[in-house]
Amino acid sequence: MHRIVAIDRRVPETPSTVTWRFRDPTPAAPGQFVMVWVPGDDELPMSLSYTDGETKGVTVKAMGATSRRIQEIPPGTRIGIRGPYGNRFALTPRRLLIVGGGSGTAVLAPGAEALRRDGAEVVGALGATTAAEMLFAERLRSAGARIELATDDGSLGHAGYVTEVADRLLGEPGRFDAVWTCGPEVMMRKVALAARARGVPAFGSVERQMKCALGMCDACALGPYHVCVDGPVFPAETLLGLSEFGRSKRDPSGRLVPV
Amino acid sequence: MADLAVDLAGLSLRNPLILASGIWGESGDSLSGAWDAGAGAVITKSIGSVARPGYPNPTVEPLDPGGMLNAMGLPNPGIDEYPAEIARAREHGVLLIGSVFGGTPEEFGELAGRMAATGVAALELNLSCPHAEGYGTEIGSDPEDVAAVVRAVVRQVRIPVFAKITPNAADLPALARAAEKAGAHGISAINTVRAMAIDPELERPVLAHGLGGLSGPAIKAIGVAAVWQIAEAVRIPVVGVGGIRSATDVIEYLLAGATAVEIGTAVATDGIGIFGRIAADLARALDDRGVRRVGEIVGRARRGFAVPSAEAPTPGRGAISRSP
Ligand SMILES: Cc1cc2nc3c(=O)[nH]c(=O)nc-3n(C[C@H](O)[C@H](O)[C@H](O)COP(=O)(O)OP(=O)(O)OC[C@H]3O[C@@H](n4cnc5c(N)ncnc54)[C@H](O)[C@@H]3O)c2cc1C
Ligand SMILES: Cc1cc2nc3c(=O)[nH]c(=O)nc-3n(C[C@H](O)[C@H](O)[C@H](O)COP(=O)(O)O)c2cc1C
Ligand code: FES
Repeated sequence: MHRIVAIDRRVPETPSTVTWRFRDPTPAAPGQFVMVWVPGDDELPMSLSYTDGETKGVTVKAMGATSRRIQEIPPGTRIGIRGPYGNRFALTPRRLLIVGGGSGTAVLAPGAEALRRDGAEVVGALGATTAAEMLFAERLRSAGARIELATDDGSLGHAGYVTEVADRLLGEPGRFDAVWTCGPEVMMRKVALAARARGVPAFGSVERQMKCALGMCDACALGPYHVCVDGPVFPAETLLGLSEFGRSKRDPSGRLVPV
Repeated sequence: MADLAVDLAGLSLRNPLILASGIWGESGDSLSGAWDAGAGAVITKSIGSVARPGYPNPTVEPLDPGGMLNAMGLPNPGIDEYPAEIARAREHGVLLIGSVFGGTPEEFGELAGRMAATGVAALELNLSCPHAEGYGTEIGSDPEDVAAVVRAVVRQVRIPVFAKITPNAADLPALARAAEKAGAHGISAINTVRAMAIDPELERPVLAHGLGGLSGPAIKAIGVAAVWQIAEAVRIPVVGVGGIRSATDVIEYLLAGATAVEIGTAVATDGIGIFGRIAADLARALDDRGVRRVGEIVGRARRGFAVPSAEAPTPGRGAISRSP
């Protein structure tokens, strides 16, 4: 059953991302996602970028036509929510590295905040195409995380890929006991390989087409897994073992297409 | 331990629990996963002539209690692409039943031939999707149409053909008889029951398609009634579908006359492990009854059953003579 919530606040985060905050007391954990129904339009899977307390949040990036359109809906709009679905990031690391690419940081932020409140050390390597698109760097800094930035165009932080920053940080032996990553799959693949090379356990949150979100329709099939119930968070070793990871995904008809 | 193996229209199943079409049916790995979880056979997603993305979301709405509403819109990669998934599942040793849907007898015949060529062990014809314009129920509600489709298909293939019947028609036995007469080797019943949900707050339908189909425990009694009626009407085996979540549910279908059953929605509510759990429970339940082979209880509730008349006078009715 979906429930109806009203968007209490609409927060433009970057030119391409908007956060919706809404009152929803249903408990949720970092890493989980909800199915967000914009009445009269689509229903899309969205990771919760705020999981604590009664005011949850999702951060929507303008990707294709649908997300571009629904980003414009004004505060006060009533939307349908079902979930939360999927698994979560285990909140066990004491020295965590998060590697976020673009809007992927939205998935990592609530868990990183929770660990900081718990006294864990959190270092973030965040990447974006350009300075204006950097997401949640201030949010994570004010939670007490040490943040390093990278932009493709060099307008902020390291000029180049965020994986280069992550590589350097991972080069300090024993510095981290876990890595969490979310972003484009080619990026996550590089992070997974770098973490493997240093012997640090890594976890990535992946996206696939979703319809039921209940482990039934097979739309989100990824190898032997269903991202909606077995994921979206997977051990990097699991992801690296899948021929589809970083290479192909299923379109809404079920055809394999390049990621 | 009771023997769960069944002969279904010439197919040897290790148990009577079949994965229903449209559940875990898009990828060869998922089909293999259902097989590994203990299914006796596995039915593919319904495949059409060309790739279809299906309807936009919301396509699924879980209902309380015990119902699942969906209007997927028959998403499928098309018969050109899908054989790659079948090949993967076949390599894994899965006993596969290929499901196809078409808009005309000719299209069904063509698809059936191509599906059979992939090496599946049998076919199931989706004559019963309740929410796809031009397909399913729209051509599965009339006995003549059903017969025409079945005839076109059995002409093309040499493997068993199951006609999957809609519950959204007035005369189910007539549909089943038409399929039998046209050469079908078995009847599957039922597909989802036409249904809808409206959000009372937003005053609009929940599913993008508006109308959808109901599955899950909410429709079990409808499925059992369909099997009961169809088993009475035909001699070919009947496969019971709808709302199965436990060995007790399976036994109910078998007693009504089903030779085997299909399980769909329970995979969402209980996980794919449902196949292994029900198989173990079923074997135990049959042992408790002293039943050695699952086939022994098929149709057993029919034995000696007669519908009582609602009209004949019964003792105690009539004049009330209580006055002092
Ligand atoms: C578990 C999960 C969590 C997600 N979390 C977020 C999030 O926090 N923020 C965010 O902005 N986006 C998130 N997404 C992605 C989001 O659901 C949409 O895919 C994205 O907004 C693009 O939609 P579109 O229709 O605008 O783009 P389109 O132009 O339609 O497609 C762009 C890409 O999105 C994919 N896509 C479209 N519809 C779906 C769907 N129903 N399910 C999965 N992929 C789809 C397409 O295959 C395509 O690759 C998440 C996806 C998943 C699976
Ligand atoms: C998400 C979903 C997709 C389905 N897709 C198909 C399909 O492609 N072809 C078909 O014949 N039946 C399809 N069905 C119907 C099921 O095979 C089955 O007949 C019905 O769900 C009743 O069984 P259940 O209560 O065990 O789910 C679908 C059902 C669901 C819930
Ligand atoms: S979205 Fe339907 S199985 Fe995952």
